[in-house]
Amino acid sequence: MAEPLLSAAHIDKSFLDNKVLDDVSMDLLPGEVHALLGENGAGKSTLIKILTGAYTHDSGTILLEGRPVHPRDTKHAQEMGVGTVYQEVNLLPNMTVAENLYIGRQPRRFGLVDSRKMERDAHQLLARYQLDIDVGAQLDTYSVAVQQIIAIARAVDISGKVLILDEPTASLDQHEVDVLFAILGRLKADGMAIVFITHFLDQVYEIADRVTVLRNGKRVGSHPIQDLDRMELVKMMLGQALEHDEAMRIGKARQAGELYASFRNYALSGKAAPFDLDLHKGEIVGVAGLLGSGRTEMARLLFGIDRPDSGELTVAGQKARLREPRDAVALGFAFAPEDRKIDGILGDLTVRENIMIALQARQGWTRPLSQKAQVEMADHFVKALDIRTTGIEQPVKFLSGGNQQKVVLARWLATNPRLLILDEPTRGIDVGAHAEIIRMINALCDQGMSLFVISSELDEIVAYSSRVLVLRDRAISGELRGAEITQGAIMEMIAAQHEVQPL
Amino acid sequence: MNARYWPLVATITIFVVAYALAVMQFPALFSTRVLGNLLTDNAFLGVTAVGMTFVILSGGIDLSVGSVIAFSGVLVAVLVSQLGLHPLPAFAITLLICTCFGGTMGAMIYYLEVPAFIVTLAGMFLARGVTFLLTQDSIPIDHAFYDWVRQFYYVMPGGGRITFNGGLMLLVFLVGIIVAHRTRFGSYVYAMGGNAQSAALLGVPVARTTIGIYAMSSFLAGLSGIVYSLYTSSGYPLAAVGVELETIAAVVIGGTLLSGGVGFMFGTLIGISIQGMIQTYIVFDGTLSSWWTKIVIGGLLFGFIVMQRVIIAASRRDWRTKPHPEPAPSG
Repeated sequence: MAEPLLSAAHIDKSFLDNKVLDDVSMDLLPGEVHALLGENGAGKSTLIKILTGAYTHDSGTILLEGRPVHPRDTKHAQEMGVGTVYQEVNLLPNMTVAENLYIGRQPRRFGLVDSRKMERDAHQLLARYQLDIDVGAQLDTYSVAVQQIIAIARAVDISGKVLILDEPTASLDQHEVDVLFAILGRLKADGMAIVFITHFLDQVYEIADRVTVLRNGKRVGSHPIQDLDRMELVKMMLGQALEHDEAMRIGKARQAGELYASFRNYALSGKAAPFDLDLHKGEIVGVAGLLGSGRTEMARLLFGIDRPDSGELTVAGQKARLREPRDAVALGFAFAPEDRKIDGILGDLTVRENIMIALQARQGWTRPLSQKAQVEMADHFVKALDIRTTGIEQPVKFLSGGNQQKVVLARWLATNPRLLILDEPTRGIDVGAHAEIIRMINALCDQGMSLFVISSELDEIVAYSSRVLVLRDRAISGELRGAEITQGAIMEMIAAQHEVQPL
Repeated sequence: MNARYWPLVATITIFVVAYALAVMQFPALFSTRVLGNLLTDNAFLGVTAVGMTFVILSGGIDLSVGSVIAFSGVLVAVLVSQLGLHPLPAFAITLLICTCFGGTMGAMIYYLEVPAFIVTLAGMFLARGVTFLLTQDSIPIDHAFYDWVRQFYYVMPGGGRITFNGGLMLLVFLVGIIVAHRTRFGSYVYAMGGNAQSAALLGVPVARTTIGIYAMSSFLAGLSGIVYSLYTSSGYPLAAVGVELETIAAVVIGGTLLSGGVGFMFGTLIGISIQGMIQTYIVFDGTLSSWWTKIVIGGLLFGFIVMQRVIIAASRRDWRTKPHPEPAPSG
């Protein structure tokens, strides 16, 4: 085996008390495409940021061509030969293509930027990538795919040894992906080491030579791609939790009630392929799929955060339209988003204020809730959901993750919703609170509420779902019902070769 | 046409149309004398506005410039009239102090991650306070050098004069245009205004550039104070109150996006000229209150801010029509 170009060994990294990387190692060989895989929170981006100098690691060593290196910052790492292209193309939309390629190292004549030479160089540089464009035009007049190639051209031009691509294909269509892969093939032939982060398994099998999988900050393993079939790969990514006892499988036997909301032919270009979805009363629809499979995008459509390009919605037999979340709230929908710190809680407001705000918003400001009603409501939910707080006037930011999640739930339960959409309701909360939230989800369903629950925890989905939708490439790729719902079946569906092209 | 040119085109159009209308009413407005006076009267504003353009292009704001102008004028007056220094070393000392002051503000903004608004607001009070510490009253400057400088002027055809101050402002604008559009520093300023995070990832020296931007802004405010002292032959601690806001208005009316990253130095010159022209018109009319200047500037500012929002919305819509607009959020 060739000497590794870049090798990271036993990397540890903690933020405060939270260990995000635990003894992670990874080798990059010259002339290979190395896929780095893992779900949200697995530690991929932290590892990348350490390699590129954006973070410093707590312990471990990084060797570049056999010599230990300590990248001080991104620029330093670039100069040593490690270049990165991020998913949200990190270029400057307000500047020209040539400026983007050469900023910080523009050719100069008499102390002034020689823009003619810069544009000539830029043109030549991009010609190597079969890109013949006006380099004097502003960057944002070009498509994301072109911007992506410009970013790669820049990174390779500066660094030239290691290229790290963070989800480069997330917003490209099939043709653009092919163009990108052709470029990667050429760079590989030139002896560069390429790290490729993606959540499209097909692309991993198409381009990668080796795969490293991270889970919960630990390395699960590194394997040559030909030694790894899809099922094994998905298992490595999602982990194999123990199958739950049959007794825990409450969802299976549940009888769904009447049809509540029916989405027909809902679609949003680039986010969700057309789908039909029927939600019944007293039913929990679990949604499984890898990161990037379009789960959150679907939830956002259901709650009117994004407007669909096409599609019809019928709620309780009546036609309805979602122009914005307010419409969804008026229809009796509720949504607890994935990132509660950003989209969920209002950290500086108190528990009481956080709980009453959705109901107040629905009533409108002309009918304020009385202080007494607010206190009663808050007390009720603190008791009912067992929210651990020093009092209803405590700011929510001082609560633990699980209790914050309960506050977000309480907020929506106060509006007495008929459809509750939960995106990763148990992420980042401790085991005890975890079980309570699952119990609560079940209890709400028994009361006749319709629930749509997205989760990466397969055991959890298996435990409570009446039905499971499996998403892949922003489309519903399959559905499991009743006794069919097992972790194995879900994983098989996620791993299955797909017949349809991505959007 | 790229939507980013709209504000500049709009500014130039407004200036031309308004000037034409004014000339139709008062044909005497169409003369080099008016032009020369316009340059002289607004020289200190223009010099400051060049610095402010850099600050706003980088996505920042500098509220301290008005106070720095007063400080600079008073310090020069104290050094020359009370300590008997020759004006040239007095200028050098003043400019050095002002530049260090701005550099310190820039360093605080970058290293302490305090918003520019807060830091320069503190700078505004600090500079004004120190100015009052130097003197409570207006200090006249009576020095041969001042008279000597004042005799430099260029007579344009038609009898209008480009005075030393007016010429200096044009020179500062010329240098500003070159620095903004033809140097690495200028490209860093635009880069930071476009997206500070991306700029840092692309290797733009954000620390050095931030310090440089605010140092330059204060340097130019200091220079503007000197221009002001030449203009009034005195240093007055209450001078240039609110000038920071007039300067920001000129920059925005000149087509620079308040959010940074987009704009042209030349637009600021037009922005200054529009303000000056309104004042000139009011003087010609003779019956209008000078407050009309503020009212018109306020109205224009409103219009331009609305236009900026429309432009941003329009460029977003462009995105949406492309097949795969934004990177999909994870999840």
